[in-house]
Amino acid sequence: MIITVNINGKNVTEDIEADLILLDFLRKHGCYSVKRGCETSNCGLCTVLMDEKPVLSCSMLAAKADGKNIMTLEGLQKEAEEFGTFVANQGAEQCGFCNPGFIMNVIAMFREYENPTDEEIKEYLAGNLCRCSGYEGQMRAIKKFMAERKGAK
Amino acid sequence: MLTIKEYVKAATIDEAYDLNQKKTNCICGGMIWLKMQRKNVQTIIDLSGLGLDKIEEREDEFEIGAMVTLRDIEENKALNDYTNGAVKESVRHIVGVQFRNVATVGGSIFGRFGFSDVLTMFIALDSYVKLYKGGIVSLEEFAKMPKDRDILMSIIVKKQPLKCVYMSQRNTKTDFPVIACGLSLVGDTYKIVLGARPAKAAAITYKKDESMDIKEFAEKMGEAAAESFDFNTNMRASAEYRKHLAKVIVKRACLKMEGVY
Repeated sequence: MIITVNINGKNVTEDIEADLILLDFLRKHGCYSVKRGCETSNCGLCTVLMDEKPVLSCSMLAAKADGKNIMTLEGLQKEAEEFGTFVANQGAEQCGFCNPGFIMNVIAMFREYENPTDEEIKEYLAGNLCRCSGYEGQMRAIKKFMAERKGAK
Repeated sequence: MLTIKEYVKAATIDEAYDLNQKKTNCICGGMIWLKMQRKNVQTIIDLSGLGLDKIEEREDEFEIGAMVTLRDIEENKALNDYTNGAVKESVRHIVGVQFRNVATVGGSIFGRFGFSDVLTMFIALDSYVKLYKGGIVSLEEFAKMPKDRDILMSIIVKKQPLKCVYMSQRNTKTDFPVIACGLSLVGDTYKIVLGARPAKAAAITYKKDESMDIKEFAEKMGEAAAESFDFNTNMRASAEYRKHLAKVIVKRACLKMEGVY
C-alpha cells in the first residue's frame, strides 16, 4: 500500500508492507534517533510526535501514520539540543540510551504545560524508563532548566 | 510475532463489519495489545476514518467513540467533572502519556481484559456499549458475553446524580494493577466493581446504612466485598493477597468518597 507521511517537514511517499511498524519506517528514512527498546510499549525509547502528540512508534503501524505529521529528534534539533546540552552539563544523564525518547517526551510536556509541577512531570514522564534509574538527576535537570528558562523571560 | 498481509482503513462501518466476519481478519484499536501477540492476520481493519474518535456530551449522557484514546478521556473536563476525576484516576497510571495517546477506549473495553482499569471504571458508571449489530447492551452484561465478530462503536454513559471514586493497587508504577476498584453511589446504593482479581471486572451492590459510623460502615462494606468476589493467583499476586487488598481498597474508596480518607 502507498502512504505519504510528513517526516520532520518533508513529505515521504512509499509503497509499504501492511505490517511495517512506524519505527522501522522512520529509521529507514534516516531517523536513527528513534530506537527500539523494549518493544512491549513500556519504555518510551521510540517516542515520536504524531500531529504534535507523543506516541510510541514501536507500537504503531506505519500505515496508520498515512497523512500525518511525524516529528523525531532530527526535526527538533534546536529544542532538543538546548535541553539535551543542559541535561549533559548538569551531569544528569548516565549512559544516554534513553535520551532520545526522554527528550522527545520532555519537549511534548513543555508544549503541553508551561510550568509543570513535580507531580505532573513525574506522571508525564512515567512512560520513559531509564535503565540506569537516573530519575533523580533527570528531575533535578528539568526543574533547573525550567527555573533558568523562567529567569531568562 | 504479528504478521499482517493487508491493511484496510474502512470507509464505512458496513465495510468494517463485513471484513471482520472473516476469522483471519482483525479490527485494530491502538494495536498495543494486538502487537504483542503471535498472530497471522490476513486483513487488519482500521476504524480511524469512521469518526469514532469523539467524546460527545448530551443532556442525559456521554457518548465516547471506540477510537477515543485513553489520554482523551483522561483530559476530558466534562467527563472528569461528572465523575469527580475518577476517569482520570483510572487511566493515569497506565504506562505513560505516549501509550495513552495510542491505546483506545474501544480496544480496552472490547478486549474485556482482566487487568483493564477502563472496564472496571466504566462498569462502576451506568454504562452501555453500542454494538453495530448487537445494539445497545449494558457494559456489565457485555463484559460477560463471549467475544464475537461484532463491532464496538461507542460507550454510552448515562448521567445521573452520583458520587464516584476509582482506586487501584500496583506492585510498581505503570504496571498492571493487582486489584482495581471502581465505586459509585446512586441514591442509597453503592455499586462496587473489582477488576484485576485477576479475572475481569464484575460488580455487586451494597446498601448504604446511615445509622452506622462511616468508618465502621466502610470496614463492613470492604469485608462484604472481599467475601463476594472470587480471587485468583497469578505472577503478580496471590489470591489471598488480592482478597486482603480488596477489603482495604473498598474501605478506602468508601472513605475517600465521603472525604475522610
